[in-house]
Amino acid sequence: MVNPVAGLGGRVGLKGSDGPDVQARARELGAVPRASERAAAALEELKARVGAAVVLTAAGPMGEDAVRAAGLEPDVRYTPDASDGPDRADASGTTAADTVAAARALARHVDLLLFAGGDGTARDVLDAVGASVPVLGVPTGVKMHSAVFGVGPRAAGEVAARVATTRAFTEAEVMDLDEEAVRSGRVSARLYGHLLVPDVPVRVQQRKVGSSAADPYAVGGIAAELAGRVGAGQLVLGPGGTTRAVAAALGVDVPVMGVNVLRDGRFFAADVNAAELLRLVTDDDWTGGTWIAVTPIGGQGFLLGRGNQQIAPEVLRAVGPDRLLAVATEAKLAALGGRPLLLDTGDPGLDGVLAGYRTVITGRGRTARYPVQGA
Amino acid sequence: MSAPANTGPVSIEDARIAPKPPLRRFHQARWDEPLLFELGTPGTRGVAVPAPEVPLDDSLPEALRRKQAPGLPEMSQLHVLRHYLRLSQENLGVDLNIDVGQGTCTMKYSPKVNDRFVRDHRVSELHPLQDDSTVQGVLEVMYHLEKMLAEISGMDRVSLQPGAGSAAIYTNIAMIRAYFASRGELEQRDEVITTIFSHPSNAACAKTAGFKVITLYPDADGYPDIEALKAAVGPRTAALMITNPEDTGIFNSRIAEFVDIVHEAGGLCAYDQANANGILGITRARAAGFDMCHFNLHKTFSTPHACGGPAAGASGVSDKLVPFLPRPTVEFDGTRYYLDDDRPESVGKIRPFYGVVPNLVRAYAWVMSLGAEGLREVAEIAVLNNNYLMKKILEIRGVSAPYAEGKRRIEQVRYSWEELHKDTGVHSEEIGVRAADFGTHYWTSHHPYVVPEPMTLEPTESYSRQDLDEYAAILAEVAREAYEDPETVRSAPHNSTIHQIRHETLDDPKTWAVTWRAYRRKILGQ
Repeated sequence: MVNPVAGLGGRVGLKGSDGPDVQARARELGAVPRASERAAAALEELKARVGAAVVLTAAGPMGEDAVRAAGLEPDVRYTPDASDGPDRADASGTTAADTVAAARALARHVDLLLFAGGDGTARDVLDAVGASVPVLGVPTGVKMHSAVFGVGPRAAGEVAARVATTRAFTEAEVMDLDEEAVRSGRVSARLYGHLLVPDVPVRVQQRKVGSSAADPYAVGGIAAELAGRVGAGQLVLGPGGTTRAVAAALGVDVPVMGVNVLRDGRFFAADVNAAELLRLVTDDDWTGGTWIAVTPIGGQGFLLGRGNQQIAPEVLRAVGPDRLLAVATEAKLAALGGRPLLLDTGDPGLDGVLAGYRTVITGRGRTARYPVQGA
Repeated sequence: MSAPANTGPVSIEDARIAPKPPLRRFHQARWDEPLLFELGTPGTRGVAVPAPEVPLDDSLPEALRRKQAPGLPEMSQLHVLRHYLRLSQENLGVDLNIDVGQGTCTMKYSPKVNDRFVRDHRVSELHPLQDDSTVQGVLEVMYHLEKMLAEISGMDRVSLQPGAGSAAIYTNIAMIRAYFASRGELEQRDEVITTIFSHPSNAACAKTAGFKVITLYPDADGYPDIEALKAAVGPRTAALMITNPEDTGIFNSRIAEFVDIVHEAGGLCAYDQANANGILGITRARAAGFDMCHFNLHKTFSTPHACGGPAAGASGVSDKLVPFLPRPTVEFDGTRYYLDDDRPESVGKIRPFYGVVPNLVRAYAWVMSLGAEGLREVAEIAVLNNNYLMKKILEIRGVSAPYAEGKRRIEQVRYSWEELHKDTGVHSEEIGVRAADFGTHYWTSHHPYVVPEPMTLEPTESYSRQDLDEYAAILAEVAREAYEDPETVRSAPHNSTIHQIRHETLDDPKTWAVTWRAYRRKILGQ
């Protein structure tokens, strides 16, 4: 089951896609739905591992399209009622009610309900089916705080395939992030409930742990190191509590969730989307050099592709892999318990270029060498 | 973070009907005792000091003369004694409690007989400026202690000058710096590699000495990530400074490979052996190929700790680093012992004179009383005690031992109360404070705080099985309380002296007051 509008707000910098107004704004900004494409990637992985299979699904963009794209045979069990609105067939009009209805229609007949979406979709699935059937999320949302997603689309397909042979399940947290609060500069997630997911810890994304970046001494050190490296250059600062605190230590106040740009140590552009960012990093008039600083999501370890989709593959390629700087407190890295930092830029080739042991700035004159890999 | 499943967790229902463990009844003295400075009464006198035989004005330089009398409290001897006795009753001293909770500090018994040697006038009345010929005995002790520590570590020479562990780590990085400077490579080699669970002094001393620090994290199995090391080494590598076993108690059995990788890149390797108590007489720094190491004599070798009477450190080096040892060294020419100050490549002095001599005497006596076999037995019992205690602790609901799941630990364990915290909201620090109501305590973790809700226990060889049973029973009882009656834990201590400490006043330079003068200015506003 695919939530066709999940993730719509990502690259255009809207921090989420909940509600028709936000979705409309995202489309105005040029957002292209990618949920179906990512769901197809998960299904391709599933097909590669279990062979031909019939996939029970919902009509058109709610799943059928992705199943066909993956070369599998769809068995449509839910169709949005076209009499409710003219735009429903092309997915732009599907709502949370469709997610709930589709989940209910499918749950009775399946061993695993694979859904493509974000935290909002996970909450709808929980409302619809509770713990009556194991589920697994294909991550297509903007920022996923819940622990019910595969670490990437292909990983989700891999885990789904394992369910055929290994029937071990565990309860995982579904988190509720208030997108309105986020747009106004606060990150606050609370526990919404639990879903039953396959018990494959390394491949199932961990719940986000609240940032431990509050340590002002560590963050001040990171800021000083960053300032030393970037000098008078242009600094693209990814979202997150750590980067925001780093900006504050540099004397710049930025919103917690947006991608912001500093030039020569001063605030230059706030909350830019992928297109604006690409223009800034390819600005011929700027000769001071450009760096991108991102911080991993605490607990999950995603460095790129969660909450910072504005830093799109073309932006990263324009700036160059050597100028992508990761910053994190030591505690944040250690809390990953040995799990690597993850990349899901949407461009597997670029993920491959960026992968390996990368330098993570942890303080003034202090770095870590930490494994980074594609999700 | 993964954690081993507890074996046989006790449910709340089980715990309610289970008899309370036979815990010792305890109540600490709690004196409403003012600061010494607030006790003085003008005109009271403790000692009648004889008047000087010559006028002081003639013998003291002008700059050293006080303009007014010092603001010391005026008190009788009895009142001073009573003040300090009361304070001592408000302490949980090392000899008073089952001190296994001060993990990484190796709180073992310091034999009292060794204090008698130190108090003997032949040690206590020596002056560091005496001529060598008048201190042959203590030089002989230092000379032989160095030989013994060289044997224990496999190193060629040892300096006893560092005042404690961090001073010894600094000694080592100072020698690393001097070594590369002598080869003209210092500018190129400006990076030191360490691990997140090595003692933080390694990173701190390297930075103090001007190096950049690269930290390695544990891999998915909980061991330092050897692939990260391979990615980190290069022509800029000056040294690897690493603790093993790490502060988690996990022994990195691939340590020799780590050393080889750094050597191939042209770097030196320094072994922080602060955690040597579990490997004493079993393996040596030299066996893994290290160029240098250090011991904390106040941990492994039984002498008192820094705050309990000065500590002592020892830095050991292989031949190629001997020229850089602190000066003076203690030498023997076949007939007499002497101090050699003529060492042009030396890093100089790490502290005044020759080291903390009383603790060197204590450490010498401790090693001599045990012999080689005894030292190995110390390690064996320490490891056995730790793994016995670990099994008992992991039976308590809500506690786990993160990293290297299912693997045994060497001499200590950094546990986590994360599960208990999630279930009850009670923090590790609150559990530790509640333990004080039962006459003991524990310590959480070094900086950085990477294990959630940490607790570090190190039982050493000094504690009996009964001691360990009692300690585990105390923690089990506090954990039970946390689940059933968390407020009792949160509002602790109830039977102990100290109430909740406001950490912010300790963390903020604007409010901390470690002298009377600072207290008057910052707290009393005078």
